[in-house]
Amino acid sequence: MQWVWAITSVATVAIALIVVYRPLGDYMAWVFSSTKDWKVERAIYRIIGVDSHSEQSWQAYLRAVLVFSCVGMLLLYAMQRLQPWLPYSLGLGSISPDLAFNTAASFVGNTNWQAYSPESTVGYTVQMAGLSVQCFVSSAVGLAVAIALVRGLARKGATTIGNFWVDLVRANLRILLPLSAVAALVLIAGGTIQNLTGFTDITTIAGQLQTLPNGPVATQEAIKMLGTNGGGFYNANSAHPFENPTAWTNLFQVFLLLVIPFASPRTFGKMVGDHRLGSAILATMITLFLAAYAALTAFEYQGLGTAPQLAGGAMEGKEVRFGIVGSTLFTAATTGTTGGATNSTLDSYTAMGGMVSLLHMILGEVSPGGVGSGLYTILIMAVIAVFIVGLLLGRTPVMLGKRIGVREIKLASLAILVIPVLSLAGMAISFAIPAIHHELVNQVMGNSGPHGLTETTYAFVSATINNGSSFAGFGANTPWLNVVLGLLILLGRFLVIAIVLAMAGSFAAQDQIPTGVGELPLHSPQFVAFFVALIIFVAVPTFFAVLAAGPFAEGLG
Amino acid sequence: MKRTIWTGIRATLVLTVILGVVYPLVMTGIAQVIFPHQANGSPVTASDGTIVGSSLIGQSFSDATGNPLPQYFQPRPSAAGAGYNASSSGGSNQGPESPDLIAAIAQRRTEIASFNGVLESEVPPDAVTASASGLDPDISPAYAAIQVNRVATQRDLPIDKVRSLVQQYTQGRELGYIGDSCVNVVELNLALDELAH
Repeated sequence: MQWVWAITSVATVAIALIVVYRPLGDYMAWVFSSTKDWKVERAIYRIIGVDSHSEQSWQAYLRAVLVFSCVGMLLLYAMQRLQPWLPYSLGLGSISPDLAFNTAASFVGNTNWQAYSPESTVGYTVQMAGLSVQCFVSSAVGLAVAIALVRGLARKGATTIGNFWVDLVRANLRILLPLSAVAALVLIAGGTIQNLTGFTDITTIAGQLQTLPNGPVATQEAIKMLGTNGGGFYNANSAHPFENPTAWTNLFQVFLLLVIPFASPRTFGKMVGDHRLGSAILATMITLFLAAYAALTAFEYQGLGTAPQLAGGAMEGKEVRFGIVGSTLFTAATTGTTGGATNSTLDSYTAMGGMVSLLHMILGEVSPGGVGSGLYTILIMAVIAVFIVGLLLGRTPVMLGKRIGVREIKLASLAILVIPVLSLAGMAISFAIPAIHHELVNQVMGNSGPHGLTETTYAFVSATINNGSSFAGFGANTPWLNVVLGLLILLGRFLVIAIVLAMAGSFAAQDQIPTGVGELPLHSPQFVAFFVALIIFVAVPTFFAVLAAGPFAEGLG
Repeated sequence: MKRTIWTGIRATLVLTVILGVVYPLVMTGIAQVIFPHQANGSPVTASDGTIVGSSLIGQSFSDATGNPLPQYFQPRPSAAGAGYNASSSGGSNQGPESPDLIAAIAQRRTEIASFNGVLESEVPPDAVTASASGLDPDISPAYAAIQVNRVATQRDLPIDKVRSLVQQYTQGRELGYIGDSCVNVVELNLALDELAH
């Protein structure tokens, strides 16, 4: 009977995603292909001094991405440092330099790793005009970069890949803002709060004092999920009843997380004028997602481990209104996208359940991945897959009429190295410095032994891959971790973006090879199976050692 | 490059105004007009009109020294501050092999069984585990069921009366299949107090 609830819940979300797949996918393609500007957009272009009909080379596009992100980071850093002088700061003080850097990097990098406890750290101005804004624009940046890559594949002999400022404005105004406004209203109807009341003191039924933290939660919650950001208004994130009050708002939040990433293959197909590879990508995403969800749910239902077995079920760190399925579905969605929001504490999951969440991130965030980043990451994997299939079949590796040459395969190889190299190196360096090692083991880790290692691994992977969820017993608010994880977030985000844009430029410059005889079968079920296997085998072995010493040791010990 | 930087600064400011000021404030206005109850935290009021909490945020039903008050249904253990501290949400974040967590679960099981006069095997998982938010307002119907006798005795109420009240504040799975069925402790305890008036 348990499995009936597991299947019906995911089926409900799936049906909603299927319904919007074509309309939303096609709409997004139109947004980035349309030659007409809206009136309000024309006004914005005038203010910011952009000619919406001019286009940029990949270098200029990248420069614009980096400049825009840099400015956003500086502004967000300044707002946090100057918090006491901002309106609606709720009496909260200035945020320390290392934490402000970490948070600024984290929100600009679409990661939303939170080393702070929001209700006691950030007031409304920083939440709304700082963090929320970056939730919008950082996912718009991801989307813009993905679209630039798709344009590269769609064009022939071109020197430009679009205009970043136009893509940025359109992604925000035509996609993220209207969808967020609707989503926020739905959440409010379900009980998510939206006010500017500050803290209110009440006397409880049993006569005690309780201080309720109010705030403009729903507007941030909507873009937090929709933009696969994950930065909660409260420390408990989507477990907090003011963020996620009921079982149905919980499913709605899962839907919001998945909706843009799962519709992106449609956008891709529409823009390149060939839906076959897009469908194969979609099938790959779905396969990986369902596998992770099924494994997570099985492990949590099974409830192995001393504490869950003693309690009679794995309910530590889970809310009664969501139950096991509402928790595991959310976790599968948050680790498969770069969401990073949580509605249950991953730290208290069973050893194997926690490992599945970690593994799901390690796969590279392609099931279905973050807004934009999911599509560009899986397209990089597709380049590698096509190259290998070409070698296996003894044919020229060609994807959508573009030859995968030395330059492309070099860039793709570099891209898949970024995450494992950075995260494992960051972790290794931290453990190699005696003082930091001591701090990690004695202060930072919330649990000792193998579980502490899993917490640490999770933190470094989550930051580098821009997920942002955590095993939250890991007390990451130390100067060293704030700086290192902040840097990993920035490198993990912008190195990959630079590589993707370079690849976009290189594809755009190529001519299209006429397709037909000798074309690789990139839409067959065999290719999908190969693609799934490739994603797993590229990602997992690198991390095998830490997985063995962490969750395996804990679960089998 | 200088031009790009100027464009970047202006774009950031324009987008901050639209997305960080206009959007949240307009939505707050709309929410306050069409969904004032939800937008303001689903407050629950006693019969004299005073707000005694939110139906969404769990409360502690213990005395000043932390002992559970027997006339109330008890919520789940909470890791938010000293327990149900609404300005410090969060879970225990203890792993499945954590010695502290294992000891806590064993102790809670014993205490809850003796407090309610039931067998240890009758204590359900949610009664001995802390939620993720520390503010879970709900308990499972199984945990409510083992508390009915104690609450009825303490309040000199017929058991059937308390049981039907529990029934009334039990929410089934939404649409029949989403989430788990649960009993809202805040609303249930308030209703019990109102009964006495």
